[in-house]
Amino acid sequence: MTQKTVLNDAHRRLGAKMVDFGGWGMPLHYGSQIEEHHAVRRDCGMFDVSHMCAVDVTGKDAKAFLLRLIANNVDKLRESGKALYSAMLNETGRVVDDLIVYFIADGRYRVVINAGTAEKDLAWMAARLADWQLDVTIAARRDLAMIAVQGPNAKERVWQVLPETRPASESLKPFYGVTVGDCFVATTGYTGEAGFELALPAAQAESLWQKLLDAGVRPIGLGARDTLRLEAGMNLYGQDMDESVSPLDAGLAWTVDLAAPRDFVGKAALLARPQQQQFLGLRLVDKGVLRAHQKVVTAHGDGEITSGTFSPTLQQSIALARLPLACAIGETVKVQIRDKLLDAEIVKPCFVRNGKALI
Amino acid sequence: MNIPSDLKYTKSHEWVRVEADGTVTVGITDHAQELLGDLVFVELPDVGKELAAEQEAAVVESVKAASDVYAPIAGTVVAVNDAVPDAPESVNQDAYAAWLFKMKPANAADIDALLDATAYAASAAE
Repeated sequence: MTQKTVLNDAHRRLGAKMVDFGGWGMPLHYGSQIEEHHAVRRDCGMFDVSHMCAVDVTGKDAKAFLLRLIANNVDKLRESGKALYSAMLNETGRVVDDLIVYFIADGRYRVVINAGTAEKDLAWMAARLADWQLDVTIAARRDLAMIAVQGPNAKERVWQVLPETRPASESLKPFYGVTVGDCFVATTGYTGEAGFELALPAAQAESLWQKLLDAGVRPIGLGARDTLRLEAGMNLYGQDMDESVSPLDAGLAWTVDLAAPRDFVGKAALLARPQQQQFLGLRLVDKGVLRAHQKVVTAHGDGEITSGTFSPTLQQSIALARLPLACAIGETVKVQIRDKLLDAEIVKPCFVRNGKALI
Repeated sequence: MNIPSDLKYTKSHEWVRVEADGTVTVGITDHAQELLGDLVFVELPDVGKELAAEQEAAVVESVKAASDVYAPIAGTVVAVNDAVPDAPESVNQDAYAAWLFKMKPANAADIDALLDATAYAASAAE
């Protein structure tokens, strides 16, 4: 049974091609994926991300719970609204999910988890809570809808439609969130552009969506969401990492805090099994399109592409790949595409930021 | 669906036009380009290549996925449309103008076994 977000009818009215994503019927595109991609890089666009699940973690022991539950360290969150990206690991040190946790106030955190993993994550969190006997309430907020508005003009358009959010969000630094009335406004995103992610009561979502449309904000489907996040070098759960992959091999070492003395699920396994592969970018020199699971042949052994696409911004194919530790940025490798071995260059796994090419 | 009645079709979404000189011109249907989305890469066969019916002949890739284009009948590739790899989006703009390759059929009678527009419309709607 495919689940629907509250904006499902709105997508259909806009002529969206709908697909199943993580058990949810979501728009793939509204006509042209490439035009949608460019709209976000050059102006702004909006995404229905209501399939993702906001989870409020509250109570006296909320911090103690999160300190132990996830690989990044919520002790870094001292200012109200500050957000932290983290992996949630299992005991073998593999990735159950990646998530963003917002520190709202003492004893109040909001965690946003992926759509396809939400039920699994909630069961995992509930089981850990039962093991640890902490005073915490975990509440999945399916009563909320989420709309991400991204692009160089995104903030202005949001302020035009929701002027009451302007004073509180104008000086908000990247990776923070603030509550304004019924709306949670966060400077997070999945595109490498400025903008907001807005969480609001589901009943208000269609009205906000329509107002943003009227203000000239273009609706963007999952297709462009994927090319935008790949250009930005952001991991996608289920593709770049999953329960068979260590965060250290998926480019997520920067999100894992092994330095602090605290214990967390998966820490012992990570310490026992250091990084085996490195997670880097590839730029195809020859013509073609890099895709997930293609083999990468290097002088130091084989690697594998985890995400690949044609980059609309760079007009060439790019990929994220797990490569042998001895590989270095600037080296040329071969990628097996059908019956051919094509040249690709190893680059930093961040291709585009704020509309500008980085490679 | 845009399915011109003067063309022949395959279940795998190729269109085929029989030319006056007995060669056939092959492309992908409008329905196929719509399923694929924005095309970004096209690889065509070498001229002179002999293909069996339903053998992979060309590759079209959208941002989303790669898809094979099959030889609708057995024959020899006699020409390819070099303009298409340089502008893959031309297939999205007009799938029936942006032909991919021409073949000389091994057996002209094989053409009769291809689908007509009505049969293709029914097949594509499945």
